[in-house]
Amino acid sequence: MLAGYNFAYLDEHTKRMIRRSILKAVAIPGYQVPFASREMPLPYGWGTGGIQLTAGIIGRSDVLKVIDQGADDTTNAVSIRRFFARTAGVATTERTAQATIIQTRHRIPETPLKAGQIVVFQVPIPEPLRWLEPRESETRVMHALGDYGGLHVKFYEDIVRHGRIVTTYDYPVLVNDRYVMRPSPIPKFDNPKLDMNPALLLFGAGREKRIYAVPPHTRVKSLDFEDHPFTVERWDRPCALCGAPDSFLDEIITDDRGTRMFVCSDTEYCRGRSAAKAGE
Amino acid sequence: MYVAVKGGEKAIDAAHALVASERRGDPAVPELQLAQIDRQLAGAVDRVMTEGSLYDRELAALAIKQAAGDLVEAVFLLRAYRTTLPRLAVSLPVDTGTGLVRRRISATFKDVPGGQVLGATFDYTHRLLDFALAAEGGPTPEPSAGPSPADPMPRVAELLGRDGLLEPAPEPAGPPRDLTSEPLEFPADRTCRLQNLARGDEGFLLALAYSTQRGYGRTHPFAGELRIVDVAVEIVPEELGFAVGIGEIRLAECDMINQFKGSDAAPPQFTRGYGLAFGQAERKAMAMALVDRALRAEELGEAVSAPAQDAEFVLSHSDNVEAQGFTQHLKLPHYVDFQSELDLLRRLRRATD
Repeated sequence: MLAGYNFAYLDEHTKRMIRRSILKAVAIPGYQVPFASREMPLPYGWGTGGIQLTAGIIGRSDVLKVIDQGADDTTNAVSIRRFFARTAGVATTERTAQATIIQTRHRIPETPLKAGQIVVFQVPIPEPLRWLEPRESETRVMHALGDYGGLHVKFYEDIVRHGRIVTTYDYPVLVNDRYVMRPSPIPKFDNPKLDMNPALLLFGAGREKRIYAVPPHTRVKSLDFEDHPFTVERWDRPCALCGAPDSFLDEIITDDRGTRMFVCSDTEYCRGRSAAKAGE
Repeated sequence: MYVAVKGGEKAIDAAHALVASERRGDPAVPELQLAQIDRQLAGAVDRVMTEGSLYDRELAALAIKQAAGDLVEAVFLLRAYRTTLPRLAVSLPVDTGTGLVRRRISATFKDVPGGQVLGATFDYTHRLLDFALAAEGGPTPEPSAGPSPADPMPRVAELLGRDGLLEPAPEPAGPPRDLTSEPLEFPADRTCRLQNLARGDEGFLLALAYSTQRGYGRTHPFAGELRIVDVAVEIVPEELGFAVGIGEIRLAECDMINQFKGSDAAPPQFTRGYGLAFGQAERKAMAMALVDRALRAEELGEAVSAPAQDAEFVLSHSDNVEAQGFTQHLKLPHYVDFQSELDLLRRLRRATD
């Protein structure tokens, strides 16, 4: 472990502050709790909110998985996993089912989560009303009053102009019938996984200094209209590697003539399926 | 077989090794020593200490060396270290009216008690490249004797304040807030704003200050006083009950005096803008003073219309550690979101075909 630094980098005082913010966030699902975010040795915008949450909750017996774009081996996921291996000396894994804490950027794993697991989301912009109103002082009042009409107007305008809602990721959700929340830039494909999930879902925005949460088994509804119900992305082919018909696919350009290949973005899920197929 | 995102671990290790080797450069050229950076690149050290919000010349020099001279990166290194330090004590407010004044100018009075002291400044140098400096070991001129600490030099703002022509220094409502241990929230009081500006990016503040001079939130400023001063830092340990000095720091302080015709909220008087920076970062201190005054628009009953008067806009974007991180995070992979957008775009185009 890294000499000269506390377990999991942050001092215990800061961890306590973070855990208190988490408790408040869990008590008020979807509400953005301001917290005294610290400068981390990784840059803002690269997962400092998630890293502080993980540092705040991780213990010696935890098993950590870190993914970025669904993959364990993307450079930033590697960097964050190493950070905790170095500062906390905890076990790390790529297996979703074995992890107690999963820190993620832009995806929720395809393997269903279980009770007792915690997913930590890295959040760039926590405020769902930000593109309607840039001022924090205004948006906080709008949340207090449940004033979310602007979002519906925006979606209505999308439908009039394009025939559909044109938000594809970071698609806003209503949590526990009270607060509208940004689920972080996961594709809307992952939104249904938020609803009634048995795992604890924590969201951390370091630069914007906000923590929020979806406790286990909480109702999370993607905003939509009765006559324009929420839908997710679909592909007209399965994963080229494992044949999964139901996972989120990345598009890979394989040559300079525009040949494309579609493969699972969740590399661990894909590998697990391929191995199972090979074993048959 | 798809391998594009594989090999992240190896790539990172290789990148670190490459950084180290490029930082060192040609081994035939002697390696930079921290003392050289501290003494000979003092302006860089001052800026990194100010925006890194840690007064430690040696650590700032180390950060500059490690960042290969990239000052914003050095600020980030220093901040990330600072945040791990325990808070042992809170000092008494430093008194910039005492201490050894290295430089002190006022643009509002021809002469002031204690006099004008030009000090070490680039101000009246002709910006001609000095090719003699390129050769090592040239003679250095001896400086003439500077001011002695015995000369009293009251602050110009205090002299004006006695006549009631300058507003009294605004008193904070409570103990100053500390943005390093609590989040920035709006409306932000002045202690909070000043701390944010003191840590803020010099380039950002400079541009904002300049915008007020060009009419975007004009403040009619005069440089009441600019001083560079070495001040003692004192704390009162609980077990002692009296103040003890723990060291000395150099500060650049600017009192901007702004013409003000009065409003519903305040009578006609001169108003203040205040800037403070570590070392001799006087351009930063001046820019900060102009922006501080611009941000007082609401309190003084002025119309808030320009970017420099908008506290949420200024304070949310002044921090270069935050700004550089978020701007550069666009380098991280975004292919999942991009795939969703591709999917949408294809559907939209299919619908219009």
